[in-house]
Amino acid sequence: MTLYDLANPTRFLSLVERIMPWLIGATVLALATGLYMAFFYAPEDYQQGVTVRIMFVHVPSAWLALLCYAMMAGSSIGTLVWKHPLADVSAKAAAPLGAAFTFLALFSGSIWAKPMWGTWWVWDARLTSFLVLFIMYLGIIALWRTMDDPIKAAKANAILTLVGVINLPIIKFSVDWWNTLHQPASVFRTDGPALHSSILVPLLVMAGAFTLFFIMMHLMFMRNEIYARRIRAMRMRAASAAQPHANVTAQIREV
Amino acid sequence: MNWMTALFVREFKIAARVGGGALIGVLFFLAVVTVFPFGVGPDLKMLARIGAAVLWIGALLATLLGLDRLFQADREDGTLDLLLMSGRPPELIVLVKCAAHWAATGLPLVISAPVLALFVNLEPTAIGAVTLTLLVGTPALTLIGAVGAGVTVSLRRGGVLLSILVIPLAIPVLIFGVSAATAAVGGPTPFLTPLLYLCAISLFALVLGPVAAGAALRVASD
Amino acid sequence: MKLICDSLTCERGGRRVFENVTFQISSGEALIVRGPNGVGKSSLLRVIAGLVAVRSGKMALEGGIEDRTVPEHCHYFGHLDALKPSLTALENLSFWRSFYEPVELAGFSSDATLGASEALETLEIGHTAHLPAAFLSAGQRRRLSLARLLVVPRPIWIMDEPSSALDAASERTLLGLMASHINGGGIIIAATHLPLDLPNTKYLEFSRGDGRDDEGLAEDYDGFGDSGDFL
Repeated sequence: MTLYDLANPTRFLSLVERIMPWLIGATVLALATGLYMAFFYAPEDYQQGVTVRIMFVHVPSAWLALLCYAMMAGSSIGTLVWKHPLADVSAKAAAPLGAAFTFLALFSGSIWAKPMWGTWWVWDARLTSFLVLFIMYLGIIALWRTMDDPIKAAKANAILTLVGVINLPIIKFSVDWWNTLHQPASVFRTDGPALHSSILVPLLVMAGAFTLFFIMMHLMFMRNEIYARRIRAMRMRAASAAQPHANVTAQIREV
Repeated sequence: MNWMTALFVREFKIAARVGGGALIGVLFFLAVVTVFPFGVGPDLKMLARIGAAVLWIGALLATLLGLDRLFQADREDGTLDLLLMSGRPPELIVLVKCAAHWAATGLPLVISAPVLALFVNLEPTAIGAVTLTLLVGTPALTLIGAVGAGVTVSLRRGGVLLSILVIPLAIPVLIFGVSAATAAVGGPTPFLTPLLYLCAISLFALVLGPVAAGAALRVASD
Repeated sequence: MKLICDSLTCERGGRRVFENVTFQISSGEALIVRGPNGVGKSSLLRVIAGLVAVRSGKMALEGGIEDRTVPEHCHYFGHLDALKPSLTALENLSFWRSFYEPVELAGFSSDATLGASEALETLEIGHTAHLPAAFLSAGQRRRLSLARLLVVPRPIWIMDEPSSALDAASERTLLGLMASHINGGGIIIAATHLPLDLPNTKYLEFSRGDGRDDEGLAEDYDGFGDSGDFL
């Protein structure tokens, strides 16, 4: 099946129906394995104790927060370049998911910060970048919700998303720069010593489980959005049947 | 008269004549700068330390203030339709409109910054630095804001949403602008590094803003 | 010069407005689009002006300037006057004169080489030249907006209810200007429900069906864009 066939929503929906049970099964399995490993396989940190396990939610959420934006950016290109109707739907479906994962990353970061640094929030470079990303997601969701015409909303959002994706590295860079300026000793390093496999493996399993969960939710959201648009189209059809706008004929007449 | 000059002159005249023009932005700037000491206390030492940031935040808010009308006014009275049919590239139209908008509203902010800097107890070097960074940085704010104005052009009340969309994108401008201004009077970094980053961002916005806003205007017409 | 529109179909906000509108019009002809309100006359004009995207169908201009789109050959005179109330009448008009890209074609001799002040005189609003447009009456604003068509030569005039808000004398002036545009080799496409007395006129009649046989139309009408199978 090519991407072109998928442009057909009915075919897309039937594909979703077929793979959804498998996807749900795989997600549950991966999540169960990941959580088991996170709680019983991975060791506690000798300094942080049990709170280090928050990492197994925090890091995958952060990864998904970025993946969602990448998904929206890819869909936006689809909207603007190929005018692919499913690209609109995909971009719209990814926005709340991205916001949710970003929120989860911020939230888990916050409850991790409390025992580690004794405060709910630090203006750490990564947390700050994610806060900015969160605001960007909410802005995009707000723009989707304020525009009635789905086609125009899709185009406006696609432009905004692409401008955002171009700006994200600049924002990340500037926030990192700002952070080192004000807080020279980095408190949270990812480029430290390589993670031991007893931590790395559960982390990768959780990242995989989160990704599967994202794909599942994204397909479900897309399905809902397609149904929502069908309802919209049906209502419009009902309205125009009462007052037949659609049935316009035009004839040319020489006089 | 060259078409770009004609557009610039017209936009400048409209911006200067309507609704108090440049004055209203400066007034808002003054109001924002005035409320800071009431919030943080009148300690002159502390004000001197955060003064550059106060001026920058004031300028950012004042810039956002008038941006929602940048294209919306043209859309409402039918001008936007005619601009799009004119045969002139929308990107350049956006660029010229932004230039005129900045000249009418951004430049007065830059000019009034040295006076407002006195209220927050900045020393002369810092006054010069903050004015220079505002001169380099406020065009970037206008150009980035134009993207927000473009995507919200069809919304009747797009002003607040525009600010929400634009502020995250404006953060780098704010960071480097304030850093450069504070670095001028001693700080961990040299003055030139953040200033050059700020210049780079402004140049980048000079391309990105018109292209994105032009595309947004094209798809918004209906 | 010949404008060819082939099976134009238009959707706005996901609503099918009209479909399969086909016509041709050549230099020195007028096309009057007629029909009841809300039937899509304005939408057709906006499609030709490039302001509303066509869902399907083709639009081509033979004998125009090679690398320009159809809308760039057109003047659009719609419901909105596109005037800035804070600028004077002359400033409003002079702007369009220097801003708009003119279109000069062989076989199209326009009288649209008027200066801004002359154009105002022609439309009998010369005395308002230095007044801000905010002070103009509705009819005067309309004439000021019309003056734009006289100061920049463009061969295709797209006019939506051109005679609205005009008194009888102004309407005669308008008809005279339209007639001389046609006689000069231009094209006029106008939507109106009032009779307009113009030379070389074709009519495009929009009519609304009885609403019972619109099933075929609604079939692929999904509110989506290009893919027809959402319903």
